[in-house]
Amino acid sequence: MNKLTLKTEGDTHVIVTRHFDAPPEAVFRAHTDPRIVQQWVLGPEGWTMPVCINEAKPGGKIRYEWKHPKQGGFHLTGEYIELVPYSKIVHVERMFLPDPTPDNHVETRFEPDGAGTRMTMRMTLPDGKTRAAMLATGMEKGMEASYVRLESMIGNLMPSAASH
Amino acid sequence: MPLDASFAALADPTRRAILARLALGEATVMELAKPFEMTQPAISQHLKVLEGAGLIVQRVDGARRPRRLAKPGLDAVDQWLTMLRKALEKNYDRLDGVLAAMQSEHKRKR
Repeated sequence: MNKLTLKTEGDTHVIVTRHFDAPPEAVFRAHTDPRIVQQWVLGPEGWTMPVCINEAKPGGKIRYEWKHPKQGGFHLTGEYIELVPYSKIVHVERMFLPDPTPDNHVETRFEPDGAGTRMTMRMTLPDGKTRAAMLATGMEKGMEASYVRLESMIGNLMPSAASH
Repeated sequence: MPLDASFAALADPTRRAILARLALGEATVMELAKPFEMTQPAISQHLKVLEGAGLIVQRVDGARRPRRLAKPGLDAVDQWLTMLRKALEKNYDRLDGVLAAMQSEHKRKR
């Protein structure tokens, strides 16, 4: 099972790990070749990425534009800082919602893990204002889990109603 | 039933976004209307539904009527992390498929 782990590091960072059943060369390429990035960096169902610029070299530009038939669109820009083929990518990125969010500094590492790859990504936890803007964007699908949590919270608040 | 009202209240993305905003702290109708490109009456209508569902409450502060979450249990960081996790899980599940296709392509060429 290729399960994702996600944990916070202090108040400022988020660490994500995931295993892939493919060697680091392939996983690295999937993160840096725009034709491949376009196929999977899409978030919740319904979004497409009609524009994908990805210049995988130090100082190279990143620009992703997403579209949704009902929820409009938004884009992200970024720059590569460091690339070590097949093992490390360091870049910064910001979303335009439409105001730019503070720079998110992302370090992604790929290590051989059996016949596959273990990926570790360390990113910046955005401040409260940025989180609210991101939550209010079209990524509403991702809130379904909160919805479920809220459901149980309501259940706790109103035991008489919940028991009927 | 309040529980049914809560589910109905949460079915709308604007109302969920309002809750996300209120998780950061109380806000007036005017402050809430700002990011949504909606009129104040339209936002007021959503607030009425949320209030009816017992999800938010209002406070009287002179002429202001700031709204806040009825229970500040919906932590904004948790909400954001949940959204991030969902988006990443979806992305990486897709990537699994893309990688499998890349690998079989690679094998065919060899």
